[in-house]
Amino acid sequence: MSDRELLYNYTLHLADNSMILGQRCSEWCAHGPILEQDIAITNIALDLIGEARSLYQFASEMRGEGHTEDSVAFLRDVLDYKNALLVEQPNTDWAYTIARQFFYDVYHFNLHLALANSSEKRISEIALKTIKETTYHLKWSSEWMIRLGDGTDISKSKMQDAVNHLWEYTGELFQASDIEKMAFEKGFGADLSAIAPLWHSKVKEVLDEATIAIPQSAYQQKGGKTGLHSEHLGYILADMQFLQRAYPGAEW
Amino acid sequence: MEINLEEVFQQKIDNEIKIEPRDWMPEKYRKTLLRQISQHAHSEIVGMLPEGNWITRAPNLRRKVALIAKVQDEAGHGLYLYSAAETLGMSRDEMLSELHSGKAKYSSIFNYPTVTWADMGAIGWLVDGAAIMNQVPLCRASYGPYARAMVRVCKEESFHQRQGYEIMLTLCTKGNPAQKAMAQDALNRWWWPSIMMFGPNDEHSPNSAQSMKWKIKRISNDELRQKFIDVTVPQADILGLTIPDKDLKWNEERGHYDFGTIDWEEFNQVVAGNGPCNKQRLKARVDAWNNGEWVRDAATAYAEKRAKREAGKTEAA
Ligand SMILES: [Fe+2]
Ligand SMILES: [Fe+2]
Repeated sequence: MSDRELLYNYTLHLADNSMILGQRCSEWCAHGPILEQDIAITNIALDLIGEARSLYQFASEMRGEGHTEDSVAFLRDVLDYKNALLVEQPNTDWAYTIARQFFYDVYHFNLHLALANSSEKRISEIALKTIKETTYHLKWSSEWMIRLGDGTDISKSKMQDAVNHLWEYTGELFQASDIEKMAFEKGFGADLSAIAPLWHSKVKEVLDEATIAIPQSAYQQKGGKTGLHSEHLGYILADMQFLQRAYPGAEW
Repeated sequence: MEINLEEVFQQKIDNEIKIEPRDWMPEKYRKTLLRQISQHAHSEIVGMLPEGNWITRAPNLRRKVALIAKVQDEAGHGLYLYSAAETLGMSRDEMLSELHSGKAKYSSIFNYPTVTWADMGAIGWLVDGAAIMNQVPLCRASYGPYARAMVRVCKEESFHQRQGYEIMLTLCTKGNPAQKAMAQDALNRWWWPSIMMFGPNDEHSPNSAQSMKWKIKRISNDELRQKFIDVTVPQADILGLTIPDKDLKWNEERGHYDFGTIDWEEFNQVVAGNGPCNKQRLKARVDAWNNGEWVRDAATAYAEKRAKREAGKTEAA
């Protein structure tokens, strides 16, 4: 793989994570539990998709040949998406949505802190903007973790259930794919082994305050980052790509 | 000399002095406003559904982001308006329970389905466009909190209208024949419901005279409708689309477009709950509310626990 191809694939991986999670968050728009929170999660969707757009634009420039953010974002099948399994998990309820967001935010925040030092200028520029946004996301999702965990008996059991269920999708975030390994070696990626302990300590801090137990199960699912996805992604893409596929090449 | 509160109140209104929440007001004024503002707030919230429906399917990233932001704006409008209505003595939760029980109404336009992407264009162009016509005069409504909320709302609505029109323009000028047909179809479906948004003809609008006197309403339904049609027809011409009204033609003498008879029977059916999506819209709102109950309970319980802990800390210190 040439350096250029590597950078292209790494950029897509970063973009796909935020794109797919943004798509998931946007499903809440008009259906949130509280009007103010409907607005808050929609804001997060906007930030995530905004970040993904910057990355897709960069990727499309690298690819050339008339590619655009949209052709890069939309015109791939499941096997070519490089997002982690965590972000494609369904919303299920507010507890699952919050737990998924929190796990991702801790990762996303620390990842971009590291990417701010990327040797690739475009990546580091995007990282600086993302850190600002993610600081707010992380504060919001941490507060909700605590509110639900330390709220009522019902909310506590729902939150514990969500954490137990989603836990097996968190390990993949730190299992570096070949692309991530090489990207780090080349200087434009991040060292995931350095981020993992930061993630664990922040997660422990917040779960402790939320009075939520950290699951003891060790088994971790993997595959998303190398194209082996859950069944959910196909449905997400079916929605997302419908018009692009039904009217090839059309302007909107 | 005895002061007549009602006269003082009317004098203020006649002199364009805003009525504020602590001012004396006739009970009927308060009730009329509360009904109108809460109904307006409900319309913003229910109005999120038909467009929210297309967020995950938006055709490209730019449109997706713009659509999400637009639907989010409507949530913000709902917030401003619920806050304005709360100053009249009813809580947001009470207003919502009236929406959920079917007691409170919302704009009937949102009971029509969004079946193609072109509906995102037609709604912005026509529905937000008609909303602006209705709402600009409300920026001068006699009740201060309502007027101020409407100033903020109107700014964003005109942005929505332009965004919707731009979607139509792209479909009609850069689109393929299928996209152009999609745009025409959307106009066909949204035209009549949009012009019904201005409400019954003036002779069948019994409450209008009182609302005019109280300056809650300043321009009649028919006048607003005419104004909307007059500005919209040339816009349709630019798009190269045909408005589905064979009686529509410029009347030189009147200086306005003449238009066909509105099917008020359809309007009444939709108001009565028999529109294509009345049940689905209400169910979506009720579901969101019911599914969110444990979340709201948790937030309240946590806030109480925290307040207690804080109080404990201060006592200990
Ligand atoms: Fe609005
Ligand atoms: Fe609007």
